[in-house]
Amino acid sequence: MMSSDAVRAAHPDAWRPPTLFGTRARRAMFWLGIILYLVWSLSTLNIDGKRVLAGLPRALDILMRMVPPSFERWQILLNGMIESIQIAIAASIVGMLLCIPLGICAARNLAPRPIYLMARGLIVIGRTFHEVIIAIFFVKLFGFGPVAGLLTLAFASAIFLGKMLAEDIENMKEGPVEAVRATGATFAQVVFYAVTPQVLVKTLGVFIYRLDANLRHSTVIGIVGAGGIGQTLSASFSRYDFDFSSAILISIAAMVALGEWFSDWVRRRLR
Amino acid sequence: MAHVSARTQSGAATSKAVAPLLDVQCLSKVYKTGKRALNGIDMIIDRPQVVAIIGSSGAGKSTFIRCINRLVEPTSGRILLNGKDIVALDRKDLRSARRRIGMIFQEYNLVERLTVMQNVLSGRLGYVSLFASLRYRFPAEDIRAAFELLDRVGLAGYQDRRADALSGGQRQRVGIARALMQRPDLLLLDEPTASLDPKTSRQIMRLVGELVAERKTPAIINIHDVALAKSHADRIVGLSEGALVFDDTPDQLTDAALARIYGDEDWTLTSNNEAAGA
Amino acid sequence: MSKKNYPDIWQRYTPRERLIHWLWIGSAALAAAWSVSALEIEWAFFADAHLQAADLVQRMWPPRWSYLPLVLRPLVETIHIATLGTMISIIFAVPIAFLAARNTTLNGATWLVGRAILVLSRSINTVIWGLVFVAIFGPGPVAGICAVAARSVGFIAKLVAEAIEEVDHGQIEAIEATGAGTLQIYSTAILPQIYPVLIGTTIYRWDINVRESSVLGFVGAGGIGLYLYASINQFLWSQVLVILLAIFVVVILSEAFSAYVRSRIT
Repeated sequence: MMSSDAVRAAHPDAWRPPTLFGTRARRAMFWLGIILYLVWSLSTLNIDGKRVLAGLPRALDILMRMVPPSFERWQILLNGMIESIQIAIAASIVGMLLCIPLGICAARNLAPRPIYLMARGLIVIGRTFHEVIIAIFFVKLFGFGPVAGLLTLAFASAIFLGKMLAEDIENMKEGPVEAVRATGATFAQVVFYAVTPQVLVKTLGVFIYRLDANLRHSTVIGIVGAGGIGQTLSASFSRYDFDFSSAILISIAAMVALGEWFSDWVRRRLR
Repeated sequence: MAHVSARTQSGAATSKAVAPLLDVQCLSKVYKTGKRALNGIDMIIDRPQVVAIIGSSGAGKSTFIRCINRLVEPTSGRILLNGKDIVALDRKDLRSARRRIGMIFQEYNLVERLTVMQNVLSGRLGYVSLFASLRYRFPAEDIRAAFELLDRVGLAGYQDRRADALSGGQRQRVGIARALMQRPDLLLLDEPTASLDPKTSRQIMRLVGELVAERKTPAIINIHDVALAKSHADRIVGLSEGALVFDDTPDQLTDAALARIYGDEDWTLTSNNEAAGA
Repeated sequence: MSKKNYPDIWQRYTPRERLIHWLWIGSAALAAAWSVSALEIEWAFFADAHLQAADLVQRMWPPRWSYLPLVLRPLVETIHIATLGTMISIIFAVPIAFLAARNTTLNGATWLVGRAILVLSRSINTVIWGLVFVAIFGPGPVAGICAVAARSVGFIAKLVAEAIEEVDHGQIEAIEATGAGTLQIYSTAILPQIYPVLIGTTIYRWDINVRESSVLGFVGAGGIGLYLYASINQFLWSQVLVILLAIFVVVILSEAFSAYVRSRIT
């Protein structure tokens, strides 16, 4: 035993845990930044505390009127839901057809440079804007109703699927493409024999996922008049039919949950 | 038979007024699958010693050690630690009992994203409030003890390293420090060297042996490596298909005994190697 | 001459497999036909759509840059709505995630409650949540913040719950063996393991929320959407283009920021 007192003296009895941010100064700056941000944002938003508080009893009142949900006008509800489902299915199919040329054009290893850049540009622009913004344009062009909804979701799906497809094509193995090309095949034959088998299963999975996503989006584009259950919901809110609104909300939640379950089930079977 | 004499030997020790440190009585475990992992194990530890448990895979070594701090619930039997039956404890008392049992794992089981110091101090979690533990506010004596232990296991200066940046041997040293932070009455080691290379394994086993002697804390070690068990343990317990088939000092571990534990095989080679090594 | 009889017909799939494939394709085609026919599409609208579009583009150009300074404030408001909503959602998401994860929930009933919250929160779109909260708090950013938070809670909690279910059990076992309490086990052994997922998911959701809050104004829940909606209704197309460009820049920047931060989390 060497001088244990000396050893003990060498052992500090204070220690502070490290922070997530590396140093203590950085942590202090982080929290200070959060507080400053809260002060700044809350002051620019002009949040009226009194109005928020006044909202609480009203929230209670609305909640009371929401229960029990009224399924009395189930026919309107059902029609809206069916329209949403139809928009979603039709848009998915149109989107799938459109995404194939878009995906091929946006794949760096298949398309010539200028076409690639144009396709990528379209994808970036399309992805940036929310479905509701796109819907409002289609409503202006084609009038109120499900057609605008269908075109909106078809456009959004084509962009989304095109991007996924392009990434899959870019990540595929080059060997089979070269092998088929070496047999003297045309571009279409290369796509069909070398590209399709490699990306098909994954792409089918993405298609199904998008069908499910379209179902979710189809409930919202009705807000700007592009058809579907969203239109019915929006109307029920503006008419203060809160018991009908809650019935619609429950139906939407059920439909979306079912759609998600279905999409998971199909995608599991694809593998 | 060898293990019968060991029983009577420890039985003589129990007849003194003090209860033995650990007294396992007729411990059995049947898993939900119907697998009988332990079949009426009796074992007494009455003085600080290193007890190595050997046996083939599936013999019940890991189940046995996990039953002692009830990470696995025993089906029947009693486990008396300092005279108190662990099997009968409710959740709250079980937590207090676990505070006095240190455990060291094969895969180290450090919280990978925390630092060495945070891992070592987590051995004291049972003694501080939830709020203090969230902020890692431990008493000064605990912090000093942690630094001292890090020094003892050869990791002085490593306190602010993240656990996932350490080598296997270093991680196991942190694991040992964490267990010793509990100031345990008993140490459980579940295959502490199975993920380490031979040289590090020996260093770790030597460290454990020294710490057991220094702190007068008995240790139960599950171990695959018979040679390592023979060279570092004071006592060897052999399990076969959930039953205790050997319990004696390492020099009694003959080829016949090995055959009883592991089944028939030519054991001369192992013994010769061991003789040469020792 | 003993020439082997090679088959001259080769098919990739067995008849049964092909039948199943055709059943899938057939049902997809039926669904498509039913959907398109039932929508009662007025094909006449398509006839002059390209003229309408060309007309729109003409009216949009050139963008009315003088409108830009007026848009900056609502643009900042949009980002505030996304940020504050995301912040609120983390506070609720973590406990809900622990409820909804099989290995940390208290019992079957609490697990069901946790899962029900996840489903409800996730299946209702941010804009629809906006509609609900506008009814409660009246028009304004408060409704928007609540809507963003309500939708994000489910999103973040679902991914965090999955992370909790996949944590390394050995680390939990080790802390349990020291005699720590349940909440101490959660905070010491589980929280450090899920931090990367929690932070990454939150930042990813923030970036989605910036995009979502750009349209919350359509239902009166604050932000730039209100100005966009008003400009469209007044047919001020050159103004609309300015707003769209502004949204474009903000969304692209937030996406780049989010991708940068996520790439730095280890």
